[in-house]
Amino acid sequence: MAKIEKGTWVEIERVVLQPAERAQNLPEDTKKTPYLMRLSGFLTADAEIGDEVTVKSLIGRKHQGMLKVVNPSYNHSFGPTMAELLDIGIDEEEA
Amino acid sequence: MSARDNSYSAVMARSNEIMKASVGMDYDDYISSPIAFDYERMMRDTGYSHEEIVKIQAETKVGNTPLFELKRLTDAVRKISEPGKGARILLKDEAANASGSFKARRAALSVFEAAKKGFKGVVAATSGNYGAAVASQANQRGLKCIVIQEVYDSRGVGQPEIIEKGRKCEAYGAEVIKLTVGPELFYIHLLTLEQTGFFNASLYTPFGIRGVETLGSEIVEQVRARYGQDPDAVIITQAGGGNLTGTARGILAAGATDTRIVACSVDLSGLHMASDTDFNKKSFTTGHTGFGVPFATWPDRADVPRNAARSLRYMDEYQLVTQGEVFYVTELLTKLEGIERGPAGNTSLTAAVAMARQMDRDQIVVVQETEYTGAGKHHNSQLSFARENGIKVYVGDPAENVPGKTIVLPERLDQVRGKAQDMESLRHSYLRNAAKRLPVEAWTDEDIAFLAADIKSTPDWVRANLPQEE
Repeated sequence: MAKIEKGTWVEIERVVLQPAERAQNLPEDTKKTPYLMRLSGFLTADAEIGDEVTVKSLIGRKHQGMLKVVNPSYNHSFGPTMAELLDIGIDEEEA
Repeated sequence: MSARDNSYSAVMARSNEIMKASVGMDYDDYISSPIAFDYERMMRDTGYSHEEIVKIQAETKVGNTPLFELKRLTDAVRKISEPGKGARILLKDEAANASGSFKARRAALSVFEAAKKGFKGVVAATSGNYGAAVASQANQRGLKCIVIQEVYDSRGVGQPEIIEKGRKCEAYGAEVIKLTVGPELFYIHLLTLEQTGFFNASLYTPFGIRGVETLGSEIVEQVRARYGQDPDAVIITQAGGGNLTGTARGILAAGATDTRIVACSVDLSGLHMASDTDFNKKSFTTGHTGFGVPFATWPDRADVPRNAARSLRYMDEYQLVTQGEVFYVTELLTKLEGIERGPAGNTSLTAAVAMARQMDRDQIVVVQETEYTGAGKHHNSQLSFARENGIKVYVGDPAENVPGKTIVLPERLDQVRGKAQDMESLRHSYLRNAAKRLPVEAWTDEDIAFLAADIKSTPDWVRANLPQEE
């Protein structure tokens, strides 16, 4: 596996609470899942994907977790065009 | 770091002491019983005058936003109204605030207070626009910022709108803690406050709410200056209740005592807010009934001991709209008025369209916020995401809308109807919740007076409507 260098912007994931440790009164579907946290930061030492690592966040705090993503990015978009929206407001005058 | 017990139960048990240290105020000073507390004194003790708040907000690019008359939308509503009906619709363009929403008003005073008290940073627990607002204000005051968000379901999928809100916080340089679905967000919030010693920029402190008062007073001043009258109704999107509480207080402070204060939420009844599978079946992440109703009928479920946002205290009406109606009106705003704004901010615009139709032509209805728009935070993103997640999206009669199953875009403007909630049943629900806090037989005259004020009613009404033992 490729080595990821110290200082690289990465995302980690950590199990905050196992299903058994979670709050009471959760719906059944949620109760079955672990409570997870993800956070982005700069890697504090060389590592590989899947390693337990420490990252330094944008404000300088250190967090531990499993190295999950290198160079985490935002890819959200406007989505595929919804044709249903296109003619709204076009014929409003005649409505 | 000390070797404190950081297990879920241990941290939750330290909640009160963590809160006291992180908000910089002692709620015990105001609390006189499990129910009653001195709300007005708590709000006064923030120590800021209206003029000071205006000045503090102006320093950080907040407030004095434009008030637009929506002429073509008003015309369109008049065409489908009875003769003489069709109130003038005005829109307060809160997207013009730094960070793109009214939440900047709420963040401005909190962050100013944090800086004044010497805190090095601020923490906000929110998946809404408030995170970006706090981050933006923190930058301007030289403080660090941590935002704690509920982002993903257990598959690691997040709604485009929440992803965008996370991006914006990170763009401002905040540390963003991204969590899966669950109320344990509060545990992470407490732990973060304890570990950092940062200020709790809760949405629900008196600072957060007093910051919104300027929005209400600006509306009254702008409407008076331009039309020579007070607004007849101001429509306010309701989630945690702070938007309504702060705006209404500002409207009253400006002397507009006859203006109807109207709450509005997107109807998501039937979806469970803590459900992993329901999480991505809703297209609105806030401004919906999943927050709006519980917070109206019991405000003290927030992340502070006593909530400064007490919406039922000021509310005259509560309108519900469907997701499809809001998306339709969002598109209409773009096409008829030539401005693109985010859907969540248009929730109250949707109710305004329905209400304006019933109101007289010479009346004025004000939509009190807009929010920024962009990738993710756009009705096309949200509708396409809904379709990908198995929601049936089609054009038809919005009455067929079923939260979590269908989103029905109206065919015509006259199908945007909204639906009024029964205020009496909200008040009954509030009293039942109060009875869970303290049994009815233990309620003192002071408790009853507090409850009456908190639901905009009278002590006699409360006495005549005491909840029955369950």
